[in-house]
Amino acid sequence: MAAAAAVLGRRSGVASRGTLLVPGRCWAHFDPSRLAQGRWAQRWLLKLYQRFYDIENLFNWNLAFQNWNLRRKNVYYGYTQSMYGVYVAAAHYTLQQKGGVRFAGQEEWYRADRRGNFSWDFLKHKEVPLEAVDASGSSVTYDGLENLVCLKELKYLNLSRCPFIDDWCLSRLQVFGDSLEELRLSGCPRVTERGLASLHHLKNLKHLDLSDLPAVGNRGLVRIMLEECLPQCEIVGIEYQDGLLQQSRSPDRPPPV
Amino acid sequence: MTPDAGEPRPLSRSHGACSITVLSMLAGMLSWIRCAVPAVGSLSFPHRCPCLLSQRQGRLSFSSSARARKQDDFIQDLEKEFVKFRQKAKEVLPGSGWSPLHQTPGLPPEWADIVIVGGGVIGWATAYWLKKKEAIREGVRVVVVERDPTYAKASTVLSIGGIRQQFSLPENIQLSMQSAHFLRNIQEHLNVLNEEPVDIQFNPSGYLFLAGKEQSEVLEENYRIQRAEGAAVTLLTPQQIQSKFPWINTDGVALASYGMENEGWFDPWLLLNAFRRKAISMGVYPCHGEVVGFQHSTREMETDDGRSVSLKRIHQVNVRMPNSMEYQPVECALIINEAGAWSSKVAEMIGIGDGPEGTLEGTKLPVEPRKRYVYLFHCPNGPGLECPLVIDHKGVYFRREGLGGNYLGGLSPTEEEEPDSSDLEVDYEYFHEAVWPSLAQCVPAFESLRLKSAWAGYYDYNTFDQNAIIGTHPLVTNMYFATGFSGHGLQQSPAVGRAIAELILDGKFKTVDLGAFDFIRLFRGTKVLERNIL
Repeated sequence: MAAAAAVLGRRSGVASRGTLLVPGRCWAHFDPSRLAQGRWAQRWLLKLYQRFYDIENLFNWNLAFQNWNLRRKNVYYGYTQSMYGVYVAAAHYTLQQKGGVRFAGQEEWYRADRRGNFSWDFLKHKEVPLEAVDASGSSVTYDGLENLVCLKELKYLNLSRCPFIDDWCLSRLQVFGDSLEELRLSGCPRVTERGLASLHHLKNLKHLDLSDLPAVGNRGLVRIMLEECLPQCEIVGIEYQDGLLQQSRSPDRPPPV
Repeated sequence: MTPDAGEPRPLSRSHGACSITVLSMLAGMLSWIRCAVPAVGSLSFPHRCPCLLSQRQGRLSFSSSARARKQDDFIQDLEKEFVKFRQKAKEVLPGSGWSPLHQTPGLPPEWADIVIVGGGVIGWATAYWLKKKEAIREGVRVVVVERDPTYAKASTVLSIGGIRQQFSLPENIQLSMQSAHFLRNIQEHLNVLNEEPVDIQFNPSGYLFLAGKEQSEVLEENYRIQRAEGAAVTLLTPQQIQSKFPWINTDGVALASYGMENEGWFDPWLLLNAFRRKAISMGVYPCHGEVVGFQHSTREMETDDGRSVSLKRIHQVNVRMPNSMEYQPVECALIINEAGAWSSKVAEMIGIGDGPEGTLEGTKLPVEPRKRYVYLFHCPNGPGLECPLVIDHKGVYFRREGLGGNYLGGLSPTEEEEPDSSDLEVDYEYFHEAVWPSLAQCVPAFESLRLKSAWAGYYDYNTFDQNAIIGTHPLVTNMYFATGFSGHGLQQSPAVGRAIAELILDGKFKTVDLGAFDFIRLFRGTKVLERNIL
């Protein structure tokens, strides 16, 4: 059956992400030119994909399942909000994403362990504002941020190493303009300088961590321009000479005028 | 690869393959003989230096005697003949593209289900959605006909690429919002295996509309409609504008509406290429040619009150090849007119508008190309990273371009000042007379700007009510329209493409009801006005 389909001759390539054949890699680091020279198993899979409808469908179903799973993890916790309030709902969402939360007036963090288990003690803090959300390394997406944008008193937000946080998500952070004091975006592969431009809404921001952002170009210039927009904010992770072309000069040649 | 049982093995191919291998063996043997021959030659001419190594055409020969050279040349010519023979044999055998009857390259297929006239972003978005929504694989054969693959005059690539939800019509707001949702998940939609991931370089910097006293009521009403549709827009007082954007001169500004999410600008060329690449990978046929005419048939029918109506049905689209008189008639079921600024020319080919004035037959497609200028200027102390796309109450707009202090700006001329749209020459006087003073009044730092360059592009301007014309034609039964966007086609293209695909494949609009944009309103005279046109 598969061979008959192959013999019929067909066009190659339908909807899918390149990451399917390079599992585990971040999208921004994906180098498609390496795919064709990749491991022999990957090349063989690519040839099978182009030749057989079944393999193509399997790939696409796998992709659709991954997208469905991501959407499931980032569903809107509307029922929890109506039963327990927005703060508990946001805390529940963050803990489900294997993150951590801290309520106002509390010192301890509620965290999920590596396997995703967490205690339900946070439920007793109904109506206590959530002050800090640590979603580092989680699969928070734009849709999932729907659960967090209602936190009017959020002071600390850690989105480090989130592979799905991109420029669109950064534009959503403008709702925290009055309260947010610390924002960490280190290691987010999809954040570019275009998204960082929309951080000017965060007027009370005091600490901004922008280390290890591979997709941001002209880093030093971006830091300077951000410091112009946010004068009282301390930006770490970028040096002023990042992104500058370094010219090596011989010692007896005079410097360029 | 073992073929399936029941499929006949092509005998000639295996025989041909055998003969080719035999020939290649012969050619290999010949090259061995050729190496051996000079040794023979050198023996008979012992006074020549036998150790002289000469390179002739990349091959080492051990002698430079005249006889050896002649034998070398002979062998080389023979080898060339063998190469030619091998090439010809490969072409003649089945499986190659050669045929004794010469066929023009690049002809569209002889038949198609849907022919899309126009390969701009709307055309390719529609092609993508048609293939995405087809019920079975290769259920719809879609051909996109584009006459200029360089897109030198296309509105898509000459646009500044803004996307906003700040419209006054709920349908427009919904179209833009859904397009923004599409663009946000563009990798999920438009990624192709083994190709680079799609990135349209979206800047989520927002739009800022400044309104004077007279327009603030309209702005407030629009704001209410936008909020009701779910757009993230806020109203700002002049004090708030001053604190947020201190470089704006708020004299004469009574109110501002600021869109903060899902608004900004992106690169239209990247979006067009993403749609195009994805649609072609799904099986859409791109065709580089020009639609020069239609073959149709007419059917006379009677209305309820006894008037006779002639309904046309297009059977074939004549697609002319570039730089040639040759044309290919493409037999098709449906035609979608998405030719942008030239949609009315395509409509005239089928006779839309040929009729007495005031009748349905005499209602022309009121889309015409209107030239708009975009100026790139540099200002050293201009707005910084927080600069959105600002539109003043006079209509002048500008946005930041990159990080180097460059800005793109322009102003839509009034009806009396409309420039001649026969070419895309830029009028720099217009910048100095009309655009720069308004810019400097809006942002005082722009007094010291320096114009760097400019370009012009066409709006597919709907002279009737500046809104899209989407849907079928009442008299030409199988022609669809998606044109007349008057400057906001690019930002609505994903949603409009889906709407047309739903209309064709599902029979009705499902996601957004665009019944308000039908053709028949042009005959009835009911204008659907959009008040927020740039």
